[in-house]
Amino acid sequence: MFSNILIYFVIIPLLMLAGFALCRNDKQIRAVAVTGSIALMALSAWLLVDYLALRKAGETAEMLYTGSWEWFGPLNICLAVGVDGVSIAMLILSSIIVFAGSFASWKIDNARHFFMWLLLLSTGVFGFFITVDLFTMFMFYEVALIPMYLLIGQWGTGRKEYSAMKLTLMLMGGSAFLMLSLIGIYYHSAPEGGQLTWNILEISQNASISKDWQYFLFPMCFVGFGVLGAMFPFHTWSPDGHACAPTAVSMLHAGVLMKLGGYGCFRVAMYLMPEAANDLAWIFLILTGVSVVYGAFSACVQTDLKYINAYSSVSHCGMVLFAILMINTTALTGAIMQMLSHGLMTALFFALIGMIYGRTHTRDIRLMGGLMKIMPFLGVGYVIAGMASLGLPGLSGFVAEMTIFVGSFEHADMFHRTFTVIACSSIVITAVYILRVVGKLLFGPVQDEHHLQLTDATWWERLSVITLIVSVAAIGCFPNFFESLIKFTFSPEIFRAIGL
Amino acid sequence: MDYSQFLAMRQELGVLIVFLLVFLYDTFMPKKALNATAGFTAILFLLFTVASFVWGNVGTVDAFSGMYSTSPVCSMIKNILNVGVLIVLIQSVRWTNGELMTVRRGEFYELLLVTLFGMYLMISARHFLLFVIGLESASLPLAAMVAMDKNRYESHEAAIKYILTAVFSSAIFMMGLSFVYGLAGSLYFNDIALQLGTQADTLLVVALAFVISGVGFKLSLVPFHLWTADVYQGAPTSVTSYLSVISKGAAAFAFLVILVQVFGQFYSAAWEWMLYALIIVTITVGNLFAIRQKNMKRFLAFSSISQAGYIMLGIVGCNEMGLAAMMYYILVYIFSNLAAFGVIGAIENQTGKVDMTDYNGLSRSNPWLAFAMMLAMFSLAGIPPFAGFFSKFFIFTSAINQGSTAIYILVLIALINTIASLYYYLLVVKAMYISPEEPQIPAFRSACSERLGMWICVAGVIALGIVSFFYNSIIEAAAGSNLFAFIG
Repeated sequence: MFSNILIYFVIIPLLMLAGFALCRNDKQIRAVAVTGSIALMALSAWLLVDYLALRKAGETAEMLYTGSWEWFGPLNICLAVGVDGVSIAMLILSSIIVFAGSFASWKIDNARHFFMWLLLLSTGVFGFFITVDLFTMFMFYEVALIPMYLLIGQWGTGRKEYSAMKLTLMLMGGSAFLMLSLIGIYYHSAPEGGQLTWNILEISQNASISKDWQYFLFPMCFVGFGVLGAMFPFHTWSPDGHACAPTAVSMLHAGVLMKLGGYGCFRVAMYLMPEAANDLAWIFLILTGVSVVYGAFSACVQTDLKYINAYSSVSHCGMVLFAILMINTTALTGAIMQMLSHGLMTALFFALIGMIYGRTHTRDIRLMGGLMKIMPFLGVGYVIAGMASLGLPGLSGFVAEMTIFVGSFEHADMFHRTFTVIACSSIVITAVYILRVVGKLLFGPVQDEHHLQLTDATWWERLSVITLIVSVAAIGCFPNFFESLIKFTFSPEIFRAIGL
Repeated sequence: MDYSQFLAMRQELGVLIVFLLVFLYDTFMPKKALNATAGFTAILFLLFTVASFVWGNVGTVDAFSGMYSTSPVCSMIKNILNVGVLIVLIQSVRWTNGELMTVRRGEFYELLLVTLFGMYLMISARHFLLFVIGLESASLPLAAMVAMDKNRYESHEAAIKYILTAVFSSAIFMMGLSFVYGLAGSLYFNDIALQLGTQADTLLVVALAFVISGVGFKLSLVPFHLWTADVYQGAPTSVTSYLSVISKGAAAFAFLVILVQVFGQFYSAAWEWMLYALIIVTITVGNLFAIRQKNMKRFLAFSSISQAGYIMLGIVGCNEMGLAAMMYYILVYIFSNLAAFGVIGAIENQTGKVDMTDYNGLSRSNPWLAFAMMLAMFSLAGIPPFAGFFSKFFIFTSAINQGSTAIYILVLIALINTIASLYYYLLVVKAMYISPEEPQIPAFRSACSERLGMWICVAGVIALGIVSFFYNSIIEAAAGSNLFAFIG
């Protein structure tokens, strides 16, 4: 078991948890957080290199580094792991954001408990991305949800009790549907008389879920994960939750946790029930199309920086689900790129907003102005994040959205074309709200005399911001590299049943 | 008569021996030594528990011409109850050593052991006469235990409520039995099943309804739950915790045995829908009422009502898997609920406070108590990686094994209810961890026994799920059971 590299994505966070419990002061806690997150980054980087080398050497298995250890034998529940390019992309994303998040919460109160909850959350996230067993996956999924309640409730700002409760209950509500659909999948995972299994790879190989059952289970599964992917009309937890959460939690939640939703929709709902996905996609296309546009419009009228960004997340995450539902290679590649891109740039946004809020003690854009002169580093960072968000070539947003729309346009029928055009229009709306904030916040006249005394970013804040900017630019400049990483996943296997 | 048959009853005999030793100790030891009654009982019971794990399992044996039957499953559920009783005994040490209880503490332990003996009989009885003896000896002494807090008005009120409802529901139960006897001409479980045939006539349905209501009272299923909140609130906390986990666990198992062994062939004809309705109503009503409770003991009373509904989900599957899931659920529920009651008891003994608002800011004054309480709440709500998640998942999985569309809807309703339950469990966590108010409860150090009890519970809540050994061994015991022969 311990010879499998993937297990260490769970073991390192758990060791960090133990480390935090033993720490005596904030200095040691920071040391543990930094060491651990560097170790995670190194591990995911090594995994990336090794994975590509294996693929180059001619490995054609669907998932690599697979391993399976029996857990609850009578129910055939195993701790089964395995990754492909998509999971590796997500692991890299998570480790970068955990790293940046640790630096962004350098001076948090009650650091020990904060980091313990944060790392429990990360354990869930990493565990979710490495497993291929439905039970274990679901367990890690829920492990990642519940620490949010305490993180927002204890360290949040504003109406934190309300937001924390709303977020937790809505996400758990989604997971109720999810649990039912996963159990349903289990009971149809093998042909009559065969050994039932929770293992995703085996279930997809057996392909024994009948079409009727797919129609029943797919919507529940998609909605269950879709709630976390902020699909309209189940997105309302997201703005409140993100606005009230502390900086690092917003980063991790918008950056990684919302990707759990998209990843789950792709990996479980679509992968295991492709026929229903193909037939029912139109319902969810309408819903996600609404999220894309509605989120963007809502962002235009907000005045709280975090709300603007939270609604923009609804729009961008809607785009992920939208692209997944297009069910073709180009759009799916775009969806994964969008997950990476949105994860990094929204984390960058939330980090910068947290840093600005820490100085000005307000997030209302009407009360701020001319910050570019006062804190040029944060200002430039904000402009870069904004440009990535509205899709400037050279940054990640452009690559992702371009791929998505090209892929969506491959469908020749009226329905898909119309929705693609509608979704495309969100790019323009994004430009409106981004430029509005940039203009008002950074370049307008200084609104408050006290703001003139404020200082620019400290070294740890710079480190956090630079890490994220470099990653955003890397995707924008070398899209081919990332494309080659994830393309192998979309082998004909997944489209097998659909016949595309 | 072959006296070796008594050896099949070795677990019952073990409880009787413990009871007698405690009784003798309490009666004949000098006054000074009586302070050690609690410790004496706990150690004795610990020995019995260990012995019962090692030698308790005699395989499948029908003794006394089928009146009494034991099997690996029966001995397993008794062992599970033993562990719970042991924790209750440890947690109650401080309370029984208090001033109020000095003259009565022997009685508390003796009555407790008698009720446990009654529950054992309920589990193993395969004849309704023996079953009723078990049911009564598990119910009546409990009323005396509820009234233990002699100087508190609520304690008396609770005892009266409990005894009246218990007697009334026993009467209904026996009314049902008389119908069954009229139809089948026998009180042996196996004979009844054979005599009744497969035709469900009206009288049988009425009899079934009476039997279900009689046992439903012990389980506090809605609509037979009205006594629960008042009794839980009025009874001393140790008695409440005993009532909420041990009594409930034993009754749930006995309920399953009666339903599948006696009425198994009428599953789809008569009681499947009754059970569905009971489960839905129990879970929903329990949850809705729990949301508005301010007193922690009342709150846990309603929470335990809804938990009983989840336990019942183990029956609908009507197979070994459901049986195992139910037993595992009971085991996990024992640990989680006792952790919660342990914290409540410790705080009540120290400060006398039991309201939820008193728990505001507890994490700052008593971080370890708050931590134990939080784990208990998460486990009851079914949050991983705590044991409650696994038990909930398994019980849903086993229910869906039955496969009909109705069961999917039933489980969906149960799942949506878990969200409501999560809300009120989080209210407790919110009071302890998030509420900005000054702590109402000063920092204090709880007694050794209380801490020991809490550590056991916390360890159980963490380990019972992740370590698959427990579930696997339960399902191994359940796999060999012959309970489901008559399901049709």
